[in-house]
Amino acid sequence: MSGLATNLRVVGALGMRSIRQTFRRPQLMAPIVVFPTILLAIQTGGAGGAINLPGFPPVQSFLQFMLAGAMMQSLMLAGNSGGIALAVDIEMGFTDRLFAAPISRYTIVLGRLAGTAALGLLAALWFLAIGLVFGAHIEGGVPGALLAIALVTATAMAVGGIGAAIALRTGSASVVQGLFPLVLVVLFLSSAFFPVELMIQPAQTIAEYNPLSFVVEGVREPIISGIDASDTINALLAIAGIVVLGLVLSARALRHRLRVG
Amino acid sequence: MGSAAITVERLERAFDEVLAVQGIDLEVGEGEIYGFLGPNGAGKTTTVRMLTTLLLPTGGRATVAGYDVVSEARRVRASIGVALQEAALDPLMTGRELIRLQATLQGLPGGEGRRRADDLLERVDLVAAADRRVGTYSGGMQRRLDLAAALVHEPQVLFLDEPTTGLDPVSRKTIWEEVRALNDEGTTVFLTTQYLEEADQLADNVGIIDSGKIVAEGTPASLKAEIGHPHIRLQLEEGSIAEAEEICARIGPLLPPVDGRTVLVEVEHGAGDIPRVVRALDEAGIGVGSLELVRPSLDDVFVAKTGYHLEHEGEESGEDEEEAVKA
Repeated sequence: MSGLATNLRVVGALGMRSIRQTFRRPQLMAPIVVFPTILLAIQTGGAGGAINLPGFPPVQSFLQFMLAGAMMQSLMLAGNSGGIALAVDIEMGFTDRLFAAPISRYTIVLGRLAGTAALGLLAALWFLAIGLVFGAHIEGGVPGALLAIALVTATAMAVGGIGAAIALRTGSASVVQGLFPLVLVVLFLSSAFFPVELMIQPAQTIAEYNPLSFVVEGVREPIISGIDASDTINALLAIAGIVVLGLVLSARALRHRLRVG
Repeated sequence: MGSAAITVERLERAFDEVLAVQGIDLEVGEGEIYGFLGPNGAGKTTTVRMLTTLLLPTGGRATVAGYDVVSEARRVRASIGVALQEAALDPLMTGRELIRLQATLQGLPGGEGRRRADDLLERVDLVAAADRRVGTYSGGMQRRLDLAAALVHEPQVLFLDEPTTGLDPVSRKTIWEEVRALNDEGTTVFLTTQYLEEADQLADNVGIIDSGKIVAEGTPASLKAEIGHPHIRLQLEEGSIAEAEEICARIGPLLPPVDGRTVLVEVEHGAGDIPRVVRALDEAGIGVGSLELVRPSLDDVFVAKTGYHLEHEGEESGEDEEEAVKA
């Protein structure tokens, strides 16, 4: 078997382990599905009238608007949970088993990211299904839904890279878990839960430049109005930026971990 | 025994200002069981981590299975099996999932990996528990699973870092039997341990490490022979102790007495000297209540070389709390 084929099999096997681990550990699964679903229910139930505010983008319903935000929250927490799981692996010595195997050590990180991407995919499907069940239209049709799913999956992997980098650098699950509030700050200072146009300063400026806002708009547009090339390109560029940042930080953290043992 | 499976030359590892391993040299022959003995913090695990490519040395060099641990790390990793001190197992995986994952990590094709997993689960007697989560396994079962995972690719060299620490005596014996069986099949075993009996029972050669330095090396028998002959311990039932000591002193040097009815006499030929002693005392009308031949132990060697005793405080409770105590 070629080196590439072996590495792909390892990434697949580690990704599958990562998914199983999440499903078997409720404290990892809850933030990815349960919390965002509850928040979505509370927000759409309690703040549905917001769509009538002047300046609010034209949408069929507040649920339709909120679907992208719920997916973002889910994938951000999936990335954080992936980081926590990797840190737990380091703490309990499981990564030693992986580091002592004759594989590229980057496959260890890629395997974890493959698992996080799969969770992002599941989150996208879950929230689109919820939206459809409760009457939200996907204005971009099947292509729009597929684009939203692809962007959410790619973003989950990108965000997972940053979670993995922090886990590799610190080797501490409690440190990665401690980033949970920061994840919420990044989410609330983006267009995930509220239109940027209706925010007040300085939150509005921060949200305008928050890379997550570009991803949110890339996912939201196919749902609320249809595929928009400019929003899609901006989202892809933002994802690419997060991917590069995550990979560079992960590679440096991995080298550091191997050096200090 | 053939050529060297492991060679270590002036190997060193520093952590900031602390030199954990201080330029050690050792050689392990192919097909040998090498026991690496020392208290907590002596440098055993640091050495194993360097030899298994998990930690870069800060000085010296080492080869495993003929490959350099730094420049040919991936070849080393393909040649070794590793079971580390804390069984590195995921409690959420099943035993079967873990061994299959290990087979994938070692590059075995899917079908072969599944076959090896089934064979190994049978070998370590875990077939019935194979589909249970590892978190439900006992300590002994976890160690056996860890050992099975380390064997999935039939490694040339097997590293076992304190494989029986914290296990009950029955589980410990099971692991020993498995290590012996593997060695009989030709696998070289590098075994770190804090248990003197374990090194004595299993190892062809023993290295004693203390404060990052190897202070003694050789076969258990040669190390014990270095520090003296066996002695006979006699408990008198009747007769004069002074007379018994006078008789015994003609056979070998007396050791300091432990009480008023016991004589300790060093003998050159071990069990072969027992009839002489018994006959001489009998002829003098001195009754012997009990007689015991006491051979030097690895503990005596350890004390002689380090000035420490190895104590096993956590042995009964299953905890890893052994520590070195000044004699």
